[in-house]
Amino acid sequence: MTETPILEIRGLSKAFGPVKALSDVRFELKQGEIHALCGENGAGKSTLMNMIAGVLQPDHGEILIDGVAVSIPSPAAAQRLGIALVHQEIALCQDATVAENIYMAAINGRRAPLMNFHRLYADAQKVMDLLAPIPVRTRVADLSISNQQLVEIAKALTLDCKVLMLDEPTAALTEGEAQRLFAIVRGLKDRGISVVYISHRMAEIFSLCDRVTVFRDGHYVATDPIAKSSPDDVVRKMVGREITQLYPDKLAPGQPGRLLLSVENLSDGKRFADVKLQLRAGEILGIGGLIGAGRSEIAQTICGLRPASSGTVELDGTAVRIRNYSDAVKAGLVYLSEDRKGSGVFLDMPIAANVSALDLGKLTGSLGLLDRKAEDRQATDLTKRLGVRMAGIDAAVSTLSGGNQQKVAIAKQLSIDPKVIIMDEPTRGIDVGAKVEIHRLLRQLAGKGVGIVVISSELPELIGLCDRVMVVREGRIAGELGADELGEEAIIMLASGVQNSSNQEKQAQNVA
Amino acid sequence: MSPREAGETLMQAEIKAPETAIEKHTRRINFARLASMREAGLIVIILALCIAMSFASPHFLTWGNFRAMLMSFSIEGIVVVGMTILLIVGGIDLSVGSVVCFSMVVSGALFLAGLDPWTASLIGIGVSALIGAAMGFFVTVVGLNHFITSLAAMVIVRGLCLVITKGTPLSLFTLPPAFKAIGQGSFHGLPYVIIIFVVVVAIFDFLLRRATAFRKVFYTGSNEKAAQFSGIKTKQVKFWVTVLCSTLAGLAGVIYMARFGAATPTFGAGMELNIIAAAVIGGASLNGGSGTIFGAILGMALLSVVTSSLILLDVSVYWQDMIKGCILLAAVSIDHFLHRKKS
Repeated sequence: MTETPILEIRGLSKAFGPVKALSDVRFELKQGEIHALCGENGAGKSTLMNMIAGVLQPDHGEILIDGVAVSIPSPAAAQRLGIALVHQEIALCQDATVAENIYMAAINGRRAPLMNFHRLYADAQKVMDLLAPIPVRTRVADLSISNQQLVEIAKALTLDCKVLMLDEPTAALTEGEAQRLFAIVRGLKDRGISVVYISHRMAEIFSLCDRVTVFRDGHYVATDPIAKSSPDDVVRKMVGREITQLYPDKLAPGQPGRLLLSVENLSDGKRFADVKLQLRAGEILGIGGLIGAGRSEIAQTICGLRPASSGTVELDGTAVRIRNYSDAVKAGLVYLSEDRKGSGVFLDMPIAANVSALDLGKLTGSLGLLDRKAEDRQATDLTKRLGVRMAGIDAAVSTLSGGNQQKVAIAKQLSIDPKVIIMDEPTRGIDVGAKVEIHRLLRQLAGKGVGIVVISSELPELIGLCDRVMVVREGRIAGELGADELGEEAIIMLASGVQNSSNQEKQAQNVA
Repeated sequence: MSPREAGETLMQAEIKAPETAIEKHTRRINFARLASMREAGLIVIILALCIAMSFASPHFLTWGNFRAMLMSFSIEGIVVVGMTILLIVGGIDLSVGSVVCFSMVVSGALFLAGLDPWTASLIGIGVSALIGAAMGFFVTVVGLNHFITSLAAMVIVRGLCLVITKGTPLSLFTLPPAFKAIGQGSFHGLPYVIIIFVVVVAIFDFLLRRATAFRKVFYTGSNEKAAQFSGIKTKQVKFWVTVLCSTLAGLAGVIYMARFGAATPTFGAGMELNIIAAAVIGGASLNGGSGTIFGAILGMALLSVVTSSLILLDVSVYWQDMIKGCILLAAVSIDHFLHRKKS
C-alpha cells in the first residue's frame, strides 16, 4: 500500500472519567473508498467519529489527514479540513426551514448582511432533490423523522467535504429511502469522496462498502476487504470474549416459579404491536434489540407511562388496569428509566428525598406532614443494602458517581416493595465495578421473588445476566432465546434481521 | 419471601466495593447547607447595612423606622410567599400586581354595592383564586408556559380593574373601623399587618419544609420528567401552586384595601418585578427546584433596608430602581457562580 490514506488514526485513546471508551485504536480510510465501521453499542465507534469531527478531543494519539498530523479542536476546524459527520441523533433547528438548515454553515460564514432567500431556496432544493423531493421551505419540525434524517444528510452533502462520516444513517429510513441514499453514497465515491459508514445492518455493509473495520470494547480488532469477509465473520469479530466471571450464577434449569407478569397483545398503535411477554418468579428476562426498535416504548406502555391501544397486563395472576404510572406503582410494577439524569433521579435534591419520591404516602402522617425520621430511616436502610457510597443521605445526588446515582434510582424502586421492576439500560455509562455490583443485586432480588426485566443494548450483559432474552425488531417480537440458545450472534441476527436472509438463502439452497 | 425481606438478605450479602469505584468527586456540600449559607449571607449583609446606616443616620435605628420598614414589605411579603413556591415548581407569575389590585377593586366595589366588607373580601380573594385557576388551566391543559400566560393575565386583569372602576379610584372611607383595623390597627403596638405577615410566612415556611404535598412541588420543579416517572401528577401540582400564588395575591389586595381605605385601579403596577427580585435574591431559582420562603423574605428585607437607607441618606428616589436592579444582578451572578463551581 503505497498510496497515502486520506484519513489515518494512530494510537488514539479516549477515557470518560474511569470509563475507557477507546484505547490505542487505529483506522485507515483510503481515497475514494466506502469503509464500514462495525462494533456493538459501546464499542467506541461514535466516540471515534466525534473525535474526527472535532466534537471530542483525544487523550492520546494522532489523526492524520493526507499524511499530515492535524489537531481538530472544533467542528468548524473539521469542516475546514473537509470532514463532515452525519450524527446518529438528529441535530437540526426544528423551527427553521429545511433550506436554512441545509445551509446553516454557509449562512454562518456569510459576509453579506442580508439573506438571499431566493438563491438559498433554489440551491437547497437542488441538493435536497438528490435525496428526496422534500420542499425546502418546510419547517423541519413538520417533517417525519426519516425526512429529517435525509435533511441531515443533505446538509452534509453541501459541505464540499473530502471525508463524509455517516453514523447509522439508515436507522430511521424506509427501504426505498435507504436505497436512494446508497446510490448517492456510491455517486460520492465516484467523485473521489471517502466515506466512513457505521451500521449494524450487515446486508447494507456488504452491498455498499469496500472494506470493514471492527471495534470491540474500545479496541481495534481487524480491517478486512469486504470481498474476503462475510457477515458471520464480522459478527464473530464484534463479539466473543471472556465475560463469564463478571456475571452472577444463573438460575438452575427448571427452577422458575409462578407467573409474575403476563402481557398479552400489547400495542400502542404507533411504535409496536402485538407484544406478548411472560415473566416468572426467580428469572431475569432480557429484552434486546437495536436502538429505536421500540423496547423502551413497550416497557413504558406496560407501566402506564405511555398510552396503549390494546392489550392486557396481568400481575401475579390478577389482571390489572393501568391507566397511568401511579396505577402501576400501586400495583407494584415500576420502571427504571434509561435516561438516568433526565428522568431517573432528581440531581439537585438530597439522596433521601430521591429514595422516597415514588411513595410519599407511606411516609406521610395524618396531618399531611412528611415523617422526616421515617424518610431518613428508609434512605439509610436502602442505601446501605445497595452499598451506595456517599457523604450522607443529605448529599445531593449530583455529588455521586454514575454507578451510585443508579443505585439511588434503584433504591427508589425498592422503596415500594415492587413485584416487578422493568429496568431500561440499568448499567449504561457505569464503570465496570459498579456494573458487577448492580448485576449481583438484580440476581439476588430475582432470587427473592422480585420480577426483573432488563432492557439492554449490551449483548454481553443480556447474555451474562439474563435467563431468557426476547429480541425486539421494528416494534415486533422477533424471537426469544432460552438459556441454551443465548449467544451474541443469535441476538444480533434476530435484532438486525440477518437470520431471515440467511434462512432464505438456506431455503433457496435446499430448493436448488 | 417479600421483596422487603429480599432487600434485608442483601444487606448481609453486602458487596465489597472495588477500590477504584470509590468516587473521588464526592463533595460534602448539600443543598440544605447551601441554602442556609445563602440565608446566613443575606442576614450578614442586612446587619452590616443596618450598622453602617446607624452611623450615617440617627433615625435609622429607631423602632419607628423599623416598624415603617416592616409595614412597607409585610403585605408584599405575603405575595412573595406564593411567588417563591411558584418559582420552586418552575413557574413564574407576572400577574400578581394586577391580581392584588383586582382583589382590592372587586372587594371595594362589592362593599360599595352594599355587601358587608368581610364577605366582599372573601369574594375578592375567591375571584383571585379563579384567575389563578384560569392561568393554571392554560399552563397545564393548553400547555402554554407560565411566563406568557401570566403576562397575558397581567394585562387582562389590569384591564378589568379599569373597567370595573371606570378608571377612577374607589373611595372607601365608609369601611367600618373593625375592618380598617386589619390594615391600620395594632395589637399592643404591633400592627396587625405585621402579625398576619408573620403568620402566613411561618405557616408556609413550615409546610414547604415538612408537608408531603409541598415536597411534590420540589420534585416537579427539580426534574419534571423524573417526577412523572415517580408517579407524581406534575400538572396537578403546577395547577394548584398557580392557584395558591394568585390566592395569596388576593389576600394581600384585601389587606391593602383595609390599609388605604381606597381601591385604586392602577395600584400594584410593577409590583411583580420587586417580588420576583426578592425571591430570586433569596435563593429561588428561575429553573425551579430550589428556594426557601425565609430566604425570599430576607431578600425582600434587603431591598426594603436599601430603599429606606437611600431615603434617609437623601438620595434622589430616581436612583432607587437602578440600585435595586444592581443588587438583583449581583445576587443572580453570585448564584450562577456557585452553581457553576458545584458542577
